This record gives sequence, structure tokens and C-alpha cells, in this order.
Amino acid sequence: MTAAHTQPGASAANKGAWEPEIIAFCCNYCAYAAADLAGAQRMQYPPNVRVVHSPCTGKIEMEHILAALEKGIDGVLVAGCLEGGCHFIEGNLRAKHRVEHIRGILDEIGIGADRLRMVNLSAAMAPTFVERVREIVDTVTNLGPNPLKESAQQGVVSK
Amino acid sequence: MIVASPKPVTELKEIVAAHDKILFVGCGTCVTVCLAGGEREVGIYSYAMRMARRLAGRPIDIEQVTIERQCENEFIKDLAPAVERNQAVLSFACGAGVQALAERFLNRPVYAALNTQFLGILEDQAVWTEKCLGCGDCMLAQFGGICPVTRCAKRLLNGPCGGSTEECCEIDKDRPCAWQVIYKRLKGIGQLDRLEQIVPPKDWRPAWHGGARKIIRQEHRV
Repeated sequence: MTAAHTQPGASAANKGAWEPEIIAFCCNYCAYAAADLAGAQRMQYPPNVRVVHSPCTGKIEMEHILAALEKGIDGVLVAGCLEGGCHFIEGNLRAKHRVEHIRGILDEIGIGADRLRMVNLSAAMAPTFVERVREIVDTVTNLGPNPLKESAQQGVVSK
Repeated sequence: MIVASPKPVTELKEIVAAHDKILFVGCGTCVTVCLAGGEREVGIYSYAMRMARRLAGRPIDIEQVTIERQCENEFIKDLAPAVERNQAVLSFACGAGVQALAERFLNRPVYAALNTQFLGILEDQAVWTEKCLGCGDCMLAQFGGICPVTRCAKRLLNGPCGGSTEECCEIDKDRPCAWQVIYKRLKGIGQLDRLEQIVPPKDWRPAWHGGARKIIRQEHRV
């Protein structure tokens, strides 16, 4: 991705130069296949998203999401199967509870819960995947850069 | 096991506000099993604390370590160099573990990251319930293995109060009446006759009411 970075606290004037960086943790059995299908169908969506292939959203640990945000990523999308459709029966339901817990922590520490979102879709729902990606890019663009981005880039992060 | 729950991040942030370099110590026993203070929780709260402090403009350096048990000196002693390297310790153990660290490391503040709750069991995935009050004079044999001292809100020893309805406690309709459970249990094992014995008032002296307790087992002393 070729997104340019601005400094934290960027004003509305220079916000245009900044592009959000989003990580999408995608389940192998749905969202990852949907993203693949979107690509095969030449569907256009913002290039701000980096897809991380996961065997199941239930395998995404809370530490993975927190580490991404600490390192300065602007938003995180957790994309799992439709409820009731998890290949491992309840992985996406576990992920849902974990995401809610982290959203609470993010609100508590002042980063804001809106930088993290979980969505549910099936492997055939490429248009939905594209729509959800656009939504989180819009949300994070309005929120502005992750306030931790500057110090993360200066190597303050210890892990 | 001892069941605990983590304090909110904002409260922990207040607790360690005076320090810039701190040691987070997890405990590998009860609080790991109850998902409150093990290695993973130490990691999660380290992330949260680092981010919170950086947002506040005052970064904090956190060293993480999890030991097998914080309530035994044998395991605690190896922490000495790490404690020495840091300004303070945030212990993710039960109250006993926190105090064990505080009593050993006299020149460093030791803070509690958890609220220690009770002695209980894992009832369901991530659901723990209290089963034992640690009263020091176990009466479970009389009540079919169900403890009215812990599970009856009024700690009644001679049958239910008049407030229980539909087999539930009057103070919480989701909580089973301990005496209904005791009755079913004694009926199931053919010991209903135990209910005909009047239980005298409980002697609370072996319980906490006499202050902090101490046990010395001479047969194991060296």
C-alpha cells in the first residue's frame, strides 16, 4: 500500500494528504474467499485495507488487534462467517465477544471503539465485503489518524 | 479455586500514575484458570496501559513476567532482579499473592491489578460461582455436600426462609435456593432424615471473625 502518513492531531486542512491504514482479519471460510471473489470480479474498493488471512475469526486473539493498534494502524476490521455458519461452529461468536471487550477497552483508554468493527458475511458475499470495507474506511477517515501513530513510527513501541 | 476479576484499565492507570517503569507480574495458578491474571491477561493489559499512557503524553515502560504461583516464596524469589529493575510492581494475583510480593520486596510498591472475589468453581464457559466461604468449620457432611453457609443468602442452617419462590432465592430469581438444592440432594442419596436434626448456631470463631487465620501443621514442619 502506498498510503501517505500525516502526524497525529492532523488538522482538517492536511487531512486530505492522509490515507487510513486498515487491517482486515479475514476468516478463511468466508471473508477471505469473499475478498478473493471481489478481486476475481474486478470489484473496486479502497486500497487502504490490508487483508490478514486467518483460519477462523475465533483464532484472532485480542493481543493481535491491540498490537496492531499500538503500532499505529488506524482501524481494524474483523470479518467472520454469518452467525450460525462458522466452520468451527462457534469461532465467530467467540470473536464477537472478544471484539466487544476490546471495543470497551479502546473507549476506556481514549482511542475510541469505532476504530474496531466486526462484520459477518459468507464466501459468496463479495459486494457486502466491498461495502463493509468502504464503510470502515469512511469511518476511520472521519476519525482521523490513530493518535498513537507518531510515537509508533518513532520506535517508542516496545513490542 | 480463587476467582478474581480484573480492575478497569482507567483504575489501573490511576494506580500506576506515579511510575514510568513498572513490572506486571501474572500468576500461573488460580487467576490463570479464571482468565483474570495469567500470562495472556498480563499481555492484554500491558497493551492497554501502554496505549493509555502514550495517549496521555507520558509513556510507560512495562516489563512482563508470569510466575507459577505468587503465593509461595519459592516461586517469588526469582522475581528479585526484575523487581529491582523497575519502580513498582503491578501484581495480577489474588490478594494473597499481592501481599506475598509486598512482604518480600520491601523497597518497591506492589499494587493489585485484580479484585479478588471468592472461592468457586467453573460453572460454564467463563461463568464462575461461589461455593465456599472458607468458614473454617466445614458442615458439608450434614447437608449432602451443598453449603448453606455460602449458598444461602441468609446463611440459614435449619431449612429455607419464607422468601424463596419457585425454588429460587428471594434476593435473586436466577439464584437457586440453597435449601431446595440441599433437599433434592439429600432425597437423592436417601439421607432426608438428616433434616430432622436441629443444627445449633454455628461457631464462627474458626472463621474470619477472629481475625486473619494461621495454620501450623506440625507433621510437615522441618
